[in-house]
Amino acid sequence: MAECHPVAFGWVVEAKRRGATVLHLDPRFTRTSALADHHIPVRVGGDIVLLGALVNHVLSGRHEFREYVSAYTNAADILPEDFTDTEDGAGLFSGYDPGSRRYDNTTWQPTGERDETLEHPRCVFQVLKRHFARYTPELVEAVCGVSRQDFALLADALVAGSGRERTTVWVYAVGWTQHTTGVQHIRTAAILQLLLGNMGRPGGGIMALRGHASIQGSTDIPTLFDLLPGYLPMPRVEDDSLKAYLTRLPDTGFWGLKDAYTVSLLKAWFGDAATAENDYCLDYLPRLSGDHGTYSTVLDMIEGKVSGYFLWGQNPAVGSAGSRLQRLGLAKLDWLVVRDLALIESATFWQDSNEIATGELDPTRCATEVFFLPAAAHVEKEGSFTNTQRMLQWHDKAVDPPGDARSDLWFIYHLGKRIRAKLAGSTDDRDRPLLDLTWTYPEEGEDAEPNAEAVLREVNGYGPGGRLLNGFTELAADGSTSCGAWIYSGCFAGGVNQTARRKPHTEQSWVAPEWGWAWPANRRILYNRASADPQGRPWSEKKAYVWWDEQASQWTGHDVPDFERAKPPGFRPERGASGPAALAGTDPFIMLADGRGHLFVPSGLADGPLPAHYEPAESPVRNSVYGQDDSPVSKLYPDHAITHDQVGGHSAAYPCVVTTYRLTEHHTAGGMSRTLSRLSELQPELFCEISPALAADRGLENGGWATIITARSAIEARVLVTRRVRPLRLSDGSVIHHVGLPYHWGTAGLVRGDTVNDLLPFAVDPNVLIQESKVATCQIVAGRRPRGPALTVLVNEHRRAAGLGDLPGGPERGNG
Amino acid sequence: MTRRTWMSNWPVYRQIAGTDRLGRGVAARSPGTAAAEPRTERAQRVVSSICPYCAVGCAQQVYVERVNGTDTVTQIEGHPDSPVSQGRLCPKGAASKQLVTNPGRQTSVLYRRPYGTAWEALSLDRAMDMITDRVIKARAEHWQEHWQSQRARRTLAMASLGGATLDNEENYLIKKLWSALGAIQIENQARI
Repeated sequence: MAECHPVAFGWVVEAKRRGATVLHLDPRFTRTSALADHHIPVRVGGDIVLLGALVNHVLSGRHEFREYVSAYTNAADILPEDFTDTEDGAGLFSGYDPGSRRYDNTTWQPTGERDETLEHPRCVFQVLKRHFARYTPELVEAVCGVSRQDFALLADALVAGSGRERTTVWVYAVGWTQHTTGVQHIRTAAILQLLLGNMGRPGGGIMALRGHASIQGSTDIPTLFDLLPGYLPMPRVEDDSLKAYLTRLPDTGFWGLKDAYTVSLLKAWFGDAATAENDYCLDYLPRLSGDHGTYSTVLDMIEGKVSGYFLWGQNPAVGSAGSRLQRLGLAKLDWLVVRDLALIESATFWQDSNEIATGELDPTRCATEVFFLPAAAHVEKEGSFTNTQRMLQWHDKAVDPPGDARSDLWFIYHLGKRIRAKLAGSTDDRDRPLLDLTWTYPEEGEDAEPNAEAVLREVNGYGPGGRLLNGFTELAADGSTSCGAWIYSGCFAGGVNQTARRKPHTEQSWVAPEWGWAWPANRRILYNRASADPQGRPWSEKKAYVWWDEQASQWTGHDVPDFERAKPPGFRPERGASGPAALAGTDPFIMLADGRGHLFVPSGLADGPLPAHYEPAESPVRNSVYGQDDSPVSKLYPDHAITHDQVGGHSAAYPCVVTTYRLTEHHTAGGMSRTLSRLSELQPELFCEISPALAADRGLENGGWATIITARSAIEARVLVTRRVRPLRLSDGSVIHHVGLPYHWGTAGLVRGDTVNDLLPFAVDPNVLIQESKVATCQIVAGRRPRGPALTVLVNEHRRAAGLGDLPGGPERGNG
Repeated sequence: MTRRTWMSNWPVYRQIAGTDRLGRGVAARSPGTAAAEPRTERAQRVVSSICPYCAVGCAQQVYVERVNGTDTVTQIEGHPDSPVSQGRLCPKGAASKQLVTNPGRQTSVLYRRPYGTAWEALSLDRAMDMITDRVIKARAEHWQEHWQSQRARRTLAMASLGGATLDNEENYLIKKLWSALGAIQIENQARI
């Protein structure tokens, strides 16, 4: 956090000054560790064991916040008799089909009965106890390399820092997400936080530290294949009507208003063409039939199935896992559009990529047409970013962009305008969505820049008569309202751009509700109803946040209550009620169908209702928790020739663990930092961090060169020998060496170096298709890597030693 | 320079004759120091912005000065009013003026033709027109009305990968146009 989110870490330091205990779990000692109370090194890939043991510690020691757990979670739900846990199923839950590598979750559905005493053997609370009983401090020592003393310190701090008077927060970044079990890491933390009563309360929660200015916004208003704005799912081929589509979402809780959210979105996009008779043009949207994520798309590119590719400030030739495959994919396109500030590697792959040296790519045989269109920088356009805490902040335009540089808003708007003009006379049914699309925005200045505030107003939504809506509760399902993203409705409340608010923090409360605007409804802490007890009173004066005001008959407090303002704590829903009315006055988790925090998740997860430890797709060790080694449902793209056999570890040819990360002075794939002289001077060169023990074993010298080899490729880096990386001794006596690699370099920019992502496989989490960038297995040897075709020879030597075939693909790949 | 100003510019003289007997203040000040001013002083405008790097969302103040007839960013600093950052910026945020002004920025359109070995110049208008034609052609040639007899109404011929420094408004229009085109392979750093 101190490395990658330094300014946010300032608040952790402030909390420590006020008495908080700060613990840092990381394989490496970093700037964060230097300022924490304790640093606990953990083997990469062991997080579920460590977190699971904390769950076990809480449950076996009866440290749970009992009133919170009883009232606000699904602990009392009784599971059916045919549900079987990983304990019974040798590491698999019931419903697994090895052929399709998928779970059928029928047996995970609660029976509808509850046992409020939490004693029934099949209630979630008891199932949880049995499931995690195996996760002991001894197991943590064996799997993660964490000593029992360190574990006790962590467990005691967690328990002491939770309860009525105190809260604990977990802060994570891609160290938890970039795994084939990434979602379940956060799930385990969620179980802990629910058991300890740390959700919906000030100083609690689970904070995702996201790495890009609007990466949260890019998920909320998604440029993602599987979502529509506001986390509505993209339709699938089987959704043949609006009614069928809406069955994807719950009927109760605030998803119960799904018809209003969906219809308002379709009205925003298709205007008058969207009517009740035509299901508001839902049929205009393309349908999904499977995984259309970025990694499968790249494999499609290599097979020549994709004609065109647009890159918007993104550099997959350096920044995406398996970057050799990314570049080979670019070389098989018909055309490529790159919009960026500088000539990044994804634009110049046909000139300078490593594959030209290895003979895999010949520019004179590569047919890809490349358009480089310069982009405007953040101060050369106006618009809003959504930060990591869901807060939208408007940025004004300071100067015009230089030369041909334009905003991405300009590009997409004018591209759409040109396409619509060329298809204007079309009678083809497939062109109707384009021609009926609402695509009129005010144009400004010489360049005809579309007005960004007009776009944000459309996102906020309009009611009858063109009145700007004040929030999502005003949305209707009858076509009378339009709204581009229901969760952002209210960002233009009262006709004012709320995201541009800049009231100084010194002139408002500590919650600072008048700086920017947070979705939904300017609520700064989600599910904050849980900060009060079931009767609506704060759990403690010290931790008071929102509460029920009996006299005014409404919820009030320091923040906007994340609850129906007038619903009293004593409210009980009528049988068969739907939407928000189906939730009681004691159900804080209003986006879940039952309003309760899910210790056990019956649906929505591909890899199980409870977290279970599996080793990474590539690991130097076998799974010592279950008979199943790696995730039984992770996506490894095994059918594709080019990735076949690339994944799979346990080989002496690749005995070390490689992990990747960022440095304070650079930004991801380097497109926004390697062109800046000041940042380049601060971190001029790629290096690998290794322990003195590994250095001695391999004859590696500090400041010298090392070659790091995986089943995908080999790269070279300067050696940094440091005690910041420690060998971890597992209880079976094996010693795990980590090789740490920052991944910012490539062939362009002021400072250059090998591309670390060349080393990583295509192996993704089955829930969200995020790649396992944080862990793979490697070999490390002294000296620089070979040049030219000899590089492939080196990689193949190691592949053969590991029992893998030669690297697929040969010389002169390309479009020839 | 008169003898008198020569004398009064001599720090030792000023130290003896003036009030700064320790020679650590006005006596030691050079004309260069006296004339120095913050580079923000000459700014005509200060514009409110947000750091474009990580997702903490530190607020920035952008200083704009007219230089040789062109509005130019002369400095970017932390905004003290922000409850998030209280005026602080990290090394990247503090260097973000260079992100705007560095000479490595490519400011004209470039084109690489099939099998080409060098970039060529192209006008923005022509580039937009060519890209428009390619989108229409790819979509027309690779249209999937059905997938395994179910209505799909889509094309898999085009893909998009967005960075997460896109504004919300930009993401919104990209998703909107892509959906209307029937293109579904639209992805973002948010998945990476």
